Amino acid sequence: MSDNAISVQHLVKRFGETTVLDDISLEIPRGQVSCLIGPSGSGKSTLLRCMAFLEEATDGSIFIEGAPLGFVYDGAGKRQRQSATDLRKVRSQIGMVFQQFNLWPHMTALGNVSAALRRVRRMSKAEAEEKAMVQLRKVGLENRAGHYPSQLSGGQQQRVAIARSLALEPKIMLFDEPTSALDPELTGEVLNVMRGLASEGMTMVVVTHEIGFAATVGNQISFLDQGKLLFTDAPSKVFAKPRHPRLEQFLDTYLDRGASTLV
Amino acid sequence: MGFDFNVILSKQDALVSGIAMTVFVWVVGTLAAALIGFIVATARRYGGVIVDKALTVPIEVIRGTPFLVQLFLLYFGGPYIGLSLDALPAGLLALSIYGAAYFAEIFRAGYQSVPPGHVEAAECLGFTRIQIIRNILLPEMALLVIPPSVNMAIILLKETALLSLITVPEMTMTASAIGSQEYAFVEAMVLIALVYWVLVELAGVLGRFAEKKLSRYRLAKA
Ligand SMILES: Nc1ncnc2c1ncn2[C@@H]1O[C@H](COP(=O)(O)OP(=O)(O)O)[C@@H](O)[C@H]1O
Ligand SMILES: [Mg+2]
Repeated sequence: MSDNAISVQHLVKRFGETTVLDDISLEIPRGQVSCLIGPSGSGKSTLLRCMAFLEEATDGSIFIEGAPLGFVYDGAGKRQRQSATDLRKVRSQIGMVFQQFNLWPHMTALGNVSAALRRVRRMSKAEAEEKAMVQLRKVGLENRAGHYPSQLSGGQQQRVAIARSLALEPKIMLFDEPTSALDPELTGEVLNVMRGLASEGMTMVVVTHEIGFAATVGNQISFLDQGKLLFTDAPSKVFAKPRHPRLEQFLDTYLDRGASTLV
Repeated sequence: MGFDFNVILSKQDALVSGIAMTVFVWVVGTLAAALIGFIVATARRYGGVIVDKALTVPIEVIRGTPFLVQLFLLYFGGPYIGLSLDALPAGLLALSIYGAAYFAEIFRAGYQSVPPGHVEAAECLGFTRIQIIRNILLPEMALLVIPPSVNMAIILLKETALLSLITVPEMTMTASAIGSQEYAFVEAMVLIALVYWVLVELAGVLGRFAEKKLSRYRLAKA
């Protein structure tokens, strides 16, 4: 088994006629933070969603900790859907954090975080809630355990969502623009939680427009453009001048004016 | 001539059994309709395009024809295709199927109201499909489906009166029988109108109670 937590091999994703991911190959090293950047519509979310099997790739393969995700090849080399049980097993190693939080509104923060422990791990309510409190404490929200999502700020909701994903102790965490739906003054608390996770050695894949975060926390940065992975490299290399012309254009066009001079 | 309710009330026993029969077919019919409707909506959601399309046809036919016609077709037409049912089972079945077509639409709208991301979050955590329906989809759609469901229950209650036409001894049938025998038809109708209305109000109260209990988290503000 390789040292990589996720291995994406020749991934192709089409929606009807349009090719959204075009022959993507990418290795996500264990214990590191990998950032995906690129213009909107370039396929970042789709790639991340394929890694969580929320989208089914049209072709190619993804391996999670060495195990195939979603599809297996039978004796004759034919690509087939994995069984639901196997899929759940592979997926259980992954935590996913969404741009829109996707908390369940009818459950309290504690209910959201403990739900998977109770339903999936079949723990008793008391045991699940005790474990859930550990995660809520980790994101600094133990005093909001009894609050419903509608009673929490966006930043708090996203931290609960992170705690919810951590509850099953995944090996890998996927983040899809976790701060994009937040007011600017609330992004810091979420990014801090993510920094904490990174320093604990969690394997993370982060789709982000927070170039500062990518440059300082990221171990590798991948740049997507129109469904193609243009390059993957260390931040120091990626942002060093002269830059790849598409990246230069991206930094100028899609981010705050002057962002390209900041990094 | 004045109204005289005493004659009617002297037939108390028959009336009470008629009311009991109405409540029985109403409650059982509505529960069965809701259950079948839920199963149909679930099959449409998860069964693929063909199942989805195939199920629209009976739903549209049932919603597009009068209940009385369906009832007569089942009770009088059923024997021609080997389906000879007594009045009560025929009435219950007709009521359940009729209501199910509407409940199927109510639950379909309910399913659609839940943001796909809420389901995806549960899928990522390894919830099975049944766990997702039970723990995420049903509770999240509850607030949306309760008002139209109560409405449907009320409509079904009023449709139960038509079961008298295939001789189910529910309260419209008993009341009109007593009313004719005792020459107090109008009094009998006034009385059962009152009972129907009380039952309708009761359904409304129960519905509002359920809504209030469930909407706690929606109303909750920091
Ligand atoms: N479910 C879908 N059906 C059709 N097209 C889609 C769907 N999801 C995404 N796309 C298209 O795929 C492209 C990439 O989308 P996305 O991965 O969301 O980009 P990004 O996250 O980089 O902004 C876009 O052109 C988008 O319109
Ligand atoms: Mg996106």
